[in-house]
Amino acid sequence: MSSHTEATHAHGGPAVYTRNLVALLILTTITVGAAYVDFGPGNVVIALSIATIKAILVALFFMHLRWDKSVNTIICLAGFLFLGIFLMFDLLDFTSRRDPTPRNLPAMAQPTPVPATMNPLLTPPPKPVFAEPKAAEGEGAAKEK
Amino acid sequence: MEPVITAGTQTGHHPRPEKNYLNETTTVWSWMTTVDHKRIGIMYLVGTLGAFMLGGIFALLVRLVLLTPDHKLFGLQVTAEGYNRLFTLHGAIMVFLFIIPSIPGSLTNFVLPLMLGAKDVAFPRLNLASFYLWVTGALLAVGSMVFGAIDTGWTFYTPYSTTTQGGVVMMTMAVFVLGFSSIFTGLNFIATVHKLRAPGMGWFDMPLFVWGMYSTAVIQVLATPVLGITVVLLAMERVLKIGIFDPKLGGDPVLFQHFFWFYSHPAVYIMILPGMAIISELIPTFSKKTIFGYRAIAYSSVSLALVSFIVWGHHMFISGQSQLATVVFSALTFLVAIPSGIKVFNWLTTMYQGNIVLATPMLYAISFLILFAIGGLTGIFLGTLSTDVHLTDTYFVVAHFHYVMMGSTVTAFVGGLYYWWPKMTGRMYSEKLGRISCILWFIGFNATFLPQFIMGSQGMPRRYFNYLDQFQPYHAFSTVGSWIIGLSLFMTLGVLLSSLRKPMDAPDNPWGGTTLEWATSSPPITHNFHDQPVLEREPYDYRPAGVSGGH
Amino acid sequence: MEQQFDTSKLGMWLFLTTEILLFGGLFVGFGMMQNRYPREFFEAHEHLQRGYGAFNTVVLLFSSWTMVMAVNAASTNQKKKLVMFLWLTILCAFIFLGVKYFEYSHKYYDGLLPGRFYSHQALDAVKGTYGQATFFAFYFMMTGLHGIHILVGIFLLYWLVRRSNRGDFDSAYYTPVDLVGLYWHIVDMIWIYLFPLYYLIT
Repeated sequence: MSSHTEATHAHGGPAVYTRNLVALLILTTITVGAAYVDFGPGNVVIALSIATIKAILVALFFMHLRWDKSVNTIICLAGFLFLGIFLMFDLLDFTSRRDPTPRNLPAMAQPTPVPATMNPLLTPPPKPVFAEPKAAEGEGAAKEK
Repeated sequence: MEPVITAGTQTGHHPRPEKNYLNETTTVWSWMTTVDHKRIGIMYLVGTLGAFMLGGIFALLVRLVLLTPDHKLFGLQVTAEGYNRLFTLHGAIMVFLFIIPSIPGSLTNFVLPLMLGAKDVAFPRLNLASFYLWVTGALLAVGSMVFGAIDTGWTFYTPYSTTTQGGVVMMTMAVFVLGFSSIFTGLNFIATVHKLRAPGMGWFDMPLFVWGMYSTAVIQVLATPVLGITVVLLAMERVLKIGIFDPKLGGDPVLFQHFFWFYSHPAVYIMILPGMAIISELIPTFSKKTIFGYRAIAYSSVSLALVSFIVWGHHMFISGQSQLATVVFSALTFLVAIPSGIKVFNWLTTMYQGNIVLATPMLYAISFLILFAIGGLTGIFLGTLSTDVHLTDTYFVVAHFHYVMMGSTVTAFVGGLYYWWPKMTGRMYSEKLGRISCILWFIGFNATFLPQFIMGSQGMPRRYFNYLDQFQPYHAFSTVGSWIIGLSLFMTLGVLLSSLRKPMDAPDNPWGGTTLEWATSSPPITHNFHDQPVLEREPYDYRPAGVSGGH
Repeated sequence: MEQQFDTSKLGMWLFLTTEILLFGGLFVGFGMMQNRYPREFFEAHEHLQRGYGAFNTVVLLFSSWTMVMAVNAASTNQKKKLVMFLWLTILCAFIFLGVKYFEYSHKYYDGLLPGRFYSHQALDAVKGTYGQATFFAFYFMMTGLHGIHILVGIFLLYWLVRRSNRGDFDSAYYTPVDLVGLYWHIVDMIWIYLFPLYYLIT
């Protein structure tokens, strides 16, 4: 449609794309350079921030989101948003794991005595109510839901 | 553009057309290469119902083993591994081959374009590709049964699934392929809803069925890729012994569970949202009353889809994730119950003071309301940390998810099947027998799964075939219930299939529905409508024609 | 026509979102494992050749530019330019794969292969050397999957060349060029994240 051609001419165009490429190359140089300097934990932040800026530039200009209908941008952002949710909750779990051994319990002076009927060394456990078919391979896969 | 077709017309506008989508072409090749959404819907229907039957046979076998405590099945001794295989295949077939693809592939494919007044979906060839991907996945899944049936449970937890013998890789390949079938279907529906609505149909003029299916499609597109990468990682770990999930190789099994449930929790909303979408159609039609709270139901569908993505950890409360994560997930799980509650109240209010017609589809809808209430509420018990510690991995969980997946989704599916049967085939089925099948279904379902709540709360573990004496009567009762379910489903099949022997004489709009699919012939012509429909009435407008309705 | 173009674009963006989530899953897995083995991952990444990675990044960025220039040429009826830019994109893709071949063979000689083929050093749970093996497992899986996407892209680009030569595209209809362009940019975007994560983070 001619109206669409005009739209493309008015939006985008070789000059915009070339400027975008130059920006991306400059950012690449910066990020490689930054990797040789030790910023400690800042390195990760810098690298990923620059990567994100590059990704935004690619999406806005090369992929035309700047001039497209906004529904396409929403779809693109939704993908990153839900990926972010996945990442954030996983990190929440992994970084908040604690050593399961509690350290603040006082040593038990007198452990609770086990009654003889429940001590397998003194009283054997009751026989199961079913007949074992052969050498048992264990229960069905005892997994979570 | 002459006649403007308005929704809500009771009388057929056109004389029955000679050619409809069923008889326009009749060769097998024309069916195999069709891009008509209605034909694809019928093929999906046949395929997924076949899968349902296969999964159902495994279910009956599982329940037969549990009938008595001696692990005997028709006189043969069942080993522990054999039992593992039975319930794994039951679960995997039902989840991946039946429940997830069934309503979107069959009923939605058929009805959605009609409801929007469109000629077809946005990408008809992609639709056919989705179907063939489903077939491929089904063949791979059945193949994996032949080449060493898996015994890992449908959840494939590591490290058992990365080290056990059996066709795990083949089944995971099947799941991968089926995942893409699901993604493409969802993609198609989203584009269709955005772009192919009839003139005059804004977002809030669409039937609520479309809102429900749109929300489902959003989940399909966003969640399923993560399942894809999960099974790829699982296969890589099995084949290449990469250490991501296996602790002996330096991995973390809880990581697998995070990956798996990030998809599989939203997946259960892929299962329930279409069921709810169907109920949103059945209730107003058979109460002859406008739906109460249209926007509330529409917004709750979308919010259910979105919130479903932040609760997956509630499947992992005792798996070893951190306490903080556990608490956060539990709190969010309470949140996800709210939109479902909103819908139930809106449906009930719609029925209140309505002109209720107890046709077969409505009986299924009422069954849905009762069974979903039970299923949904028991989910809250499981979302509460303190009770979940006792109830997790027991039969309580089994009962809960069967109440929502089977008691709700399958009930709605069968109800929708009865509802749209005249539109799809042009024939009316026997109402009397249909109602009996619903009563049998309700009785059989509750007989099977109510005892399981009791068993679970008393400690009967899931996936076990050994059990204490005290559970024997419950298991026996449950098994007999499963036979009643089987009977009901065979009856439904019989009722529907036998209707096909009758001549094609169903009216365009047997139920007095107000959505656009009822404004064309039963069955529709290949291009759905003779002229482009233009919407002039509000959705679910049951006022008599002639009263000014409109925007 | 306009509506069809818009609908196709919408569909393509939905598909690209699934690609974001597919690769994203691998990124999350990598992130979790890095959290678990920070030291081993750092040591492992020293085996990667930054120069090759940086060069490949430039190559892909350049190919993104040639791709969008191709789309622009199609939309302005410049068939010769369209074909030229498509070929340039294909050339860049081959250069990328060529460099990857060098990188992979280097890893092969060092024994830095995934999973059961890892032979660089003894795997020892106590010393935590599993971390290194896992790093390379992820490295091969992610760059491998990315490489497969590049290969598919090459086929798609060649298909576009054939169709362009046949005169299929003009300013009224160039949808396939636009859609393949979007696909190609996502492939580039994935590498934009892959490169710093693997080659640069210290």
